Amino acid sequence: MTKDTSRRSPLGRARGLGSAKSGTESWLGEQVAALALIPLSLYVLASFLANVAFGDGYASALVWLRSPFNAAAMILLILVETWYGAHGIISGIVEDYIHHRAWHVFGLIAVKFCAAIVALVGILSVLKILVGA
Amino acid sequence: MAAPSQQPRPLSPHLSIYKPQMTSGLSIFHKMTGIGLSGGLILLVVWLACLAAGKETYDGIMAILTHPIAKIFLIAWTWAFFFHFGVGIRHLLWATGRCLSLKSIYTTGAIALAFSFLATIGLWAFILGVG
Repeated sequence: MTKDTSRRSPLGRARGLGSAKSGTESWLGEQVAALALIPLSLYVLASFLANVAFGDGYASALVWLRSPFNAAAMILLILVETWYGAHGIISGIVEDYIHHRAWHVFGLIAVKFCAAIVALVGILSVLKILVGA
Repeated sequence: MAAPSQQPRPLSPHLSIYKPQMTSGLSIFHKMTGIGLSGGLILLVVWLACLAAGKETYDGIMAILTHPIAKIFLIAWTWAFFFHFGVGIRHLLWATGRCLSLKSIYTTGAIALAFSFLATIGLWAFILGVG
């Protein structure tokens, strides 16, 4: 640590009291992700309604995701939304409301693991459809 | 992140002492719809996995998703999406320092709430009308 210019006492610092000093980055990431989700979610919803919802079932859904543009939009949506969802649930619920130490740590880790699995299943599915495997 | 201190931290008076207000209601529903939409994201990925698995699996999940009970969930999910969307834009406006007066907090809240219901009704009227 560089020269300490804060007014915190050495004892307070040693006990880990005070701000975590990492809030801004986390907050900014959330704003950027939220901004990205506006066009992504609206495009995927509108495009799904236009091409799949009233289409020819399985065939329409396949054609829809075999368009590289639609597949890219879906992959981006999955990536940003799994990050955003995990971030939101961790910072909005686990950190604020789960006080029991063991469940708190379990929650922090479990949400990240679940988000990774959901993102991976979603992206691999889109890629499999895209390449027609 | 630094490890939380083992000492009990001072807490401000919590939920139980406050009278319910539109502002607190929107905040609580913003969190709840966020959780709901995370569940919806899992459903979207399951749908994609079924589509990738082949026609038989896809027809199977579509039989479940077009069941009347599933449709009620999909309508609720649509409302959660539009609500989280509207209230989320309100948060983005606040992040730029706009709409922070008490009056505009209530005005934008009412707009977001009205938008969530109108968009949901409009979208499902369209879907059920065409389909």
